[in-house]
Amino acid sequence: MSLTDLTRQAGEWLRGAGAMHDVVISSRTRLARNLAGMPFLSRCTSAQQHEVEQRLRREVLDAALTREMFYVDVAAAGPLDRQLLVERHLISRQHGAAEHPRGVAVSSSETVSIMINEEDHLRLQVLRSGFELDEAFAEINRIDDRLEERLSFAFHSRYGYLTACPTNVGTGLRVSVMLHLPALKLTNTIEKVVHAAQDMHMAIRGLYGEGTEAMGDFFQLSNQTTLGKSEGQILSEFRDQIVPAIVDYERKAREGLVRQQLLAADDRIFRSLALLRSAMLISSEETMYLLSLVRLGINLGRIRDVELKTVNELFLLTQPAHLQKIHNREMDAAERAACRAAYIRQRLAP
Amino acid sequence: MKGKCEKCDRPATVHMTEIIGGEKIEKHLCEQCAMTAGITIKANVPISQMLEDFVLATSNAPEEAPLSCDYCGITFSEFRSKGLLGCPNDYDALERQLLPLLRRAQEGADHHVGKVPSRAGDDQARQTNILRLRAQLRDAVAAENYELAARLRDHIKEVEP
Ligand SMILES: [Zn+2]
Ligand SMILES: [Zn+2]
Repeated sequence: MSLTDLTRQAGEWLRGAGAMHDVVISSRTRLARNLAGMPFLSRCTSAQQHEVEQRLRREVLDAALTREMFYVDVAAAGPLDRQLLVERHLISRQHGAAEHPRGVAVSSSETVSIMINEEDHLRLQVLRSGFELDEAFAEINRIDDRLEERLSFAFHSRYGYLTACPTNVGTGLRVSVMLHLPALKLTNTIEKVVHAAQDMHMAIRGLYGEGTEAMGDFFQLSNQTTLGKSEGQILSEFRDQIVPAIVDYERKAREGLVRQQLLAADDRIFRSLALLRSAMLISSEETMYLLSLVRLGINLGRIRDVELKTVNELFLLTQPAHLQKIHNREMDAAERAACRAAYIRQRLAP
Repeated sequence: MKGKCEKCDRPATVHMTEIIGGEKIEKHLCEQCAMTAGITIKANVPISQMLEDFVLATSNAPEEAPLSCDYCGITFSEFRSKGLLGCPNDYDALERQLLPLLRRAQEGADHHVGKVPSRAGDDQARQTNILRLRAQLRDAVAAENYELAARLRDHIKEVEP
């Protein structure tokens, strides 16, 4: 298993299955951990950064956390490979762009990724398709327990797991779900969700955009605080309250579309599919936007000759680094636009 | 991505890209106008923003001697400018100045109630001891005192789990 193999598959978490997968694309849990007795990364000397990277790489790989894992030395990887990892949500943008010694261990199914020397010494991540937070947490907790048999993590009797940024202290647990909310966007009722999320003290932001930029109809919802609540409480707020409520809003909005504005909805859905099937040049932004409507069309039962899995894969494989890896060469934006369009036409051919 | 809101004079904080009829349209709005348009997305408040607010809120308070950490050397004002702490000891060393900020970031909470590592009991003093030894080692290397550095390295190996 290597980085190049990644471009031939789409990651288990994008298979378009799991609970509520019509709205919840994936569930993610993340734990931040630091070695006891070691400065946090920003204050490590370069020798210490090397020491941390070497030690954690060895321990993570030796611990046999999943059936098969491969390690990418991110500091040594080329820019395209780094971007590929970012596009696949296996490392953060900052981790891709940094300069110091660092890496990531990835399970072959891509459900587990372990960043070494990100903002904290360790960032564990488990991704799952659909709304499967409890399962994702059970797995990350098992991995954390296994690592704790080998490593001693910085822990404080009052503040819990200690992290470089105080916004992660305590459980170190960040839970998030990726939501596809096209009907709420189309019907201009997305603010309902925003308010509901704010009332629950959750953060909601666009999925593929940077910062506050919202791209298409995809949103990432995550917990804002990590201290003063147990892991179970953090999970139950998602499971019992906010996510079912949002899924319900979105499904009702979809039903409303079908009932009251079927022609208008069909028009947008089938125009999108037609554009994707016939475009000769297409940007990743436009692709994202059109795929979102096709995805809606599939979930509404309007489009029957395209699989959900195909659409999920296209979101991933049409991104810049993926296209270039698939074609095994660097391309400028214009060339990518042509390649992307050709690839989409082929995958969506009726 | 700075700039003014398209609809009023406030700074734009919400930036969106929409594709309508194949044409890319960028929107730059302030939070209020975005909210009115029904497209606002509340982002995670970045820690730097929180720090700025915090500094503004407390700038009238009498000057306090800045706290600092003996092991990593970070001062509270350095933390304030970067938003990142230097080592695990900082939660104690900077506690008096850090705590109000921590509570703000954590919606008032200041006690962990979640998972406890199985080996947590023995740790605090030992963890700090290792931090201290590492700081000494760092200084010994910087001073090119390799004999002391070697001894400290061995000592760290002994006490580290
Ligand atoms: Zn405005
Ligand atoms: Zn310190």
